[in-house]
Amino acid sequence: MTAAPPVPAPIAEASRSEATARPGPLVSVTVAILVAATCIPLGYVVWGTVSVGWTRAYELVVRPRVGELLFNTVALVFITVPLCVLIGVTLAWLTERTDLPGRGLWRPLFVAPLAVPAFVNSYAWVGVVPSIHGLWAGVLITTLSYFPFMYLPVAATLRRLDPAVEESARALGSDSAGVFFRVVFPQLRLAILGGSLLVGLHLLSEFGAFAMIRFDTFTVAIFQQFQVTFDGAAGSMLAGVLVVLCLVLLIVEAAARGKVRYARIGSGAPRAATPNLLGYNTIPAVLLAIAIVVLSLGVPIWTLLRWLWIGGAEVWDFAELGNSLAQTIGLAGTAAIITVVLAFPVAWVAVRSSGLLARAVEGANYVTSSLPGIVTALALVTVAIHFVRPLYQSVPLIVFAYVLLFMPRALVNVRAGLAQVPPSLEEASRSLGASPASTFLRVTLRLTAPAAAAGAALVFVAVATELTATLLLAPTGTRTLSMMFWSWSSELDYAAAAPYAMVLVLLAIPVTVLLFRQSMKVAAL
Amino acid sequence: MTEAMVDIRGLAKSFNGHVVLDHIDLQVEKGTTTAVVGASGCGKTTLLRLIAGFETPDEGTITIDGRQIASAERAVAPHRRSVGYVAQDGALFPHLTVGQNIAYGIRGEGRDKVRNRVSELLETVSLDPSFADRRPHQLSGGQQQRVALARALARQPVLMLLDEPFSALDTGLRASTRKVVAGLLADAGITSLLVTHDQEEALSIADQVAVMREGRFTQVGAPQSVYRQPGDRFTAEFLGDSITLPCVVASGVAECAIGRVSVRADDGPGTLLLRPEQLVAKVVSDSGELDGVGKVLAVEFLGHDVLLTIDPAGDVEPIIVRQNSLEPPSIDAKVRIEVVGNGVVFT
Repeated sequence: MTAAPPVPAPIAEASRSEATARPGPLVSVTVAILVAATCIPLGYVVWGTVSVGWTRAYELVVRPRVGELLFNTVALVFITVPLCVLIGVTLAWLTERTDLPGRGLWRPLFVAPLAVPAFVNSYAWVGVVPSIHGLWAGVLITTLSYFPFMYLPVAATLRRLDPAVEESARALGSDSAGVFFRVVFPQLRLAILGGSLLVGLHLLSEFGAFAMIRFDTFTVAIFQQFQVTFDGAAGSMLAGVLVVLCLVLLIVEAAARGKVRYARIGSGAPRAATPNLLGYNTIPAVLLAIAIVVLSLGVPIWTLLRWLWIGGAEVWDFAELGNSLAQTIGLAGTAAIITVVLAFPVAWVAVRSSGLLARAVEGANYVTSSLPGIVTALALVTVAIHFVRPLYQSVPLIVFAYVLLFMPRALVNVRAGLAQVPPSLEEASRSLGASPASTFLRVTLRLTAPAAAAGAALVFVAVATELTATLLLAPTGTRTLSMMFWSWSSELDYAAAAPYAMVLVLLAIPVTVLLFRQSMKVAAL
Repeated sequence: MTEAMVDIRGLAKSFNGHVVLDHIDLQVEKGTTTAVVGASGCGKTTLLRLIAGFETPDEGTITIDGRQIASAERAVAPHRRSVGYVAQDGALFPHLTVGQNIAYGIRGEGRDKVRNRVSELLETVSLDPSFADRRPHQLSGGQQQRVALARALARQPVLMLLDEPFSALDTGLRASTRKVVAGLLADAGITSLLVTHDQEEALSIADQVAVMREGRFTQVGAPQSVYRQPGDRFTAEFLGDSITLPCVVASGVAECAIGRVSVRADDGPGTLLLRPEQLVAKVVSDSGELDGVGKVLAVEFLGHDVLLTIDPAGDVEPIIVRQNSLEPPSIDAKVRIEVVGNGVVFT
């Protein structure tokens, strides 16, 4: 899985007029159905536990295999998240607050790893060190894939911080380190917590990267279990434990966040901060930056090019590749459009109305966005084979899965876009004789279009690089880029897999650029 | 001129159990400007939004030009009301040019006709027709506000609503924009209802001023009369600085610490209210204790004016007098405070 947008969304300012808007029946019903649908994965876990009975459930959960998975997963999270914090914050501080040479160049380079799906990164490392496996391999690969989730929000926050506060700390007698730990770091807390949650949730839901290096986490084990027993009790119990882990992460993050809100940054353009001079530390800092870029970008690019070189012209089966690309674009495009269209009513309710429905939307999104794809996929498989057999392994079902999985990404953007359309503009339009529908088309939609396009692009790439749900739910005969990549690399034909990985990375580049631009723009607000 | 263009009766609105408008009545005559003035949160913007149709009333009715447009049971949609609305910040569409903004509400006309109309409207609001191709963000606050007005005028509304239209502008611009807008609305003979928290703005621009407090009107009337003869102390103090003194009224004269002031009130004790501009402090010779003579406690030079803090004889709080700064009395000088015009007494 790639990049959920770690850019902090501008928070809608509540005003009286926004709070009083009432959604119409069409909007309410659509939103209510979506909220109900987001309950399917959790419902599946609960229903699975109840239907096997407590004794059997207990037996399935308390066994050495689960202990081993638990150790692997927890250790992974406990080592990788702090590493990402360390790397992300260090790099953000270097690019935003010091005179590191070539800062403008390093910034996009530290975001670029987002364009390389974690499973492609894993494949690259296997290519370089064939014996690589286990916990430490998992830590290495995911740290290199996910540190941008920390870098982006921390760098964005650093850019927004008022340098006057740091200057005051200086004037009060703190040295560089003192200023950083006593003044800057505490203000980064929310960005770090948000980034940690994102990294943690990605670690819990990652499948491809770990399967490739034979490192068993819950997600990997659930997938293997599914291949063996299909709709088994053991699988759903493992899913239950995984969901509990996710909820623990959410609760820990919420508790650590406390009641602190994003502090409103004073209006007016903040001055650019005076950079800290690195002096003798310039060379180590540059070496660190180079090392990170070589490991996170150099290794995958070099491996890909090497395999392409080794494979030569033979691996370029253009008919197959074209077919695969067309299928990917078709599936991801459909999912992106449907998701964004459905995101509109949800975003509208979240931004413009208050009340039970709005809070239900918030809550449902918060939880589903954090559930691993494997759980959602398993839930839909189960629901389909028990209740709507014809939908099993059909295009509508897999698109539905994508909508559930990636709705939050579209929502973040559409919501931010909608929040930037002041209700006074819609009112002006109404008072100028435009009907509600005409107002939506001529004013609201027009102003939200860029944000909606960004949301659609994010969903598109997320679907294109999705592996778990796709493998479980895709109709027979589907051969998307990620599926083809997976099947070739599973057969250890790394050269044949390379063109697919290359196309996936190329597809993800524009969206990574978009994310980078968004984070820069947040800074300019 | 007797027929009311806007007729509001028993209008009430609450948000989450909090009463914002408490059964108010208001009539606006055709071709006149009414200013609703009150502190922020008093319900004045809600009144405007109810008339525009962005909210629906809980009780009461709104009738415009003889047509009932809103009641608790039935409300005409905002786009069918033919009511112009100019928001606080202008609310220009950022994705359209100035010309497109103005043309937004014009329907079913040829392109050339629309273009001519836009130029005409720009001229009406004293802007050059070349502004049509600019983007809203290229305009100053005052220009944006005028474009918003032109946009609303394009539909030839029977009623124009203005929600704090000048509050986002800085002081100098506010006065000039206010003048332009007031003149324009008067020339066009458009009935308008303006909401503001600035009493000076309300008094200067309107034919009728309605003072609002906690969802009710405390007084409605011509600017002169609400200012000179306020019905209660709140209205008096809201509309301008005032001086209050305990007094006793006997046959049309109020006796107080600074002397005798003619009033129109029944006999008996009360509170005398005077405007600072009615008072003039004159230095008296230092000979002996006279009735109604006070001592200057402090002199604050403000350039054009001077603020005098005067301790009148007797058991009352010091009085602040503002007068022109030519040859002000010095500290400790003995002064007599003279009153120009009548006072108002509250009992």
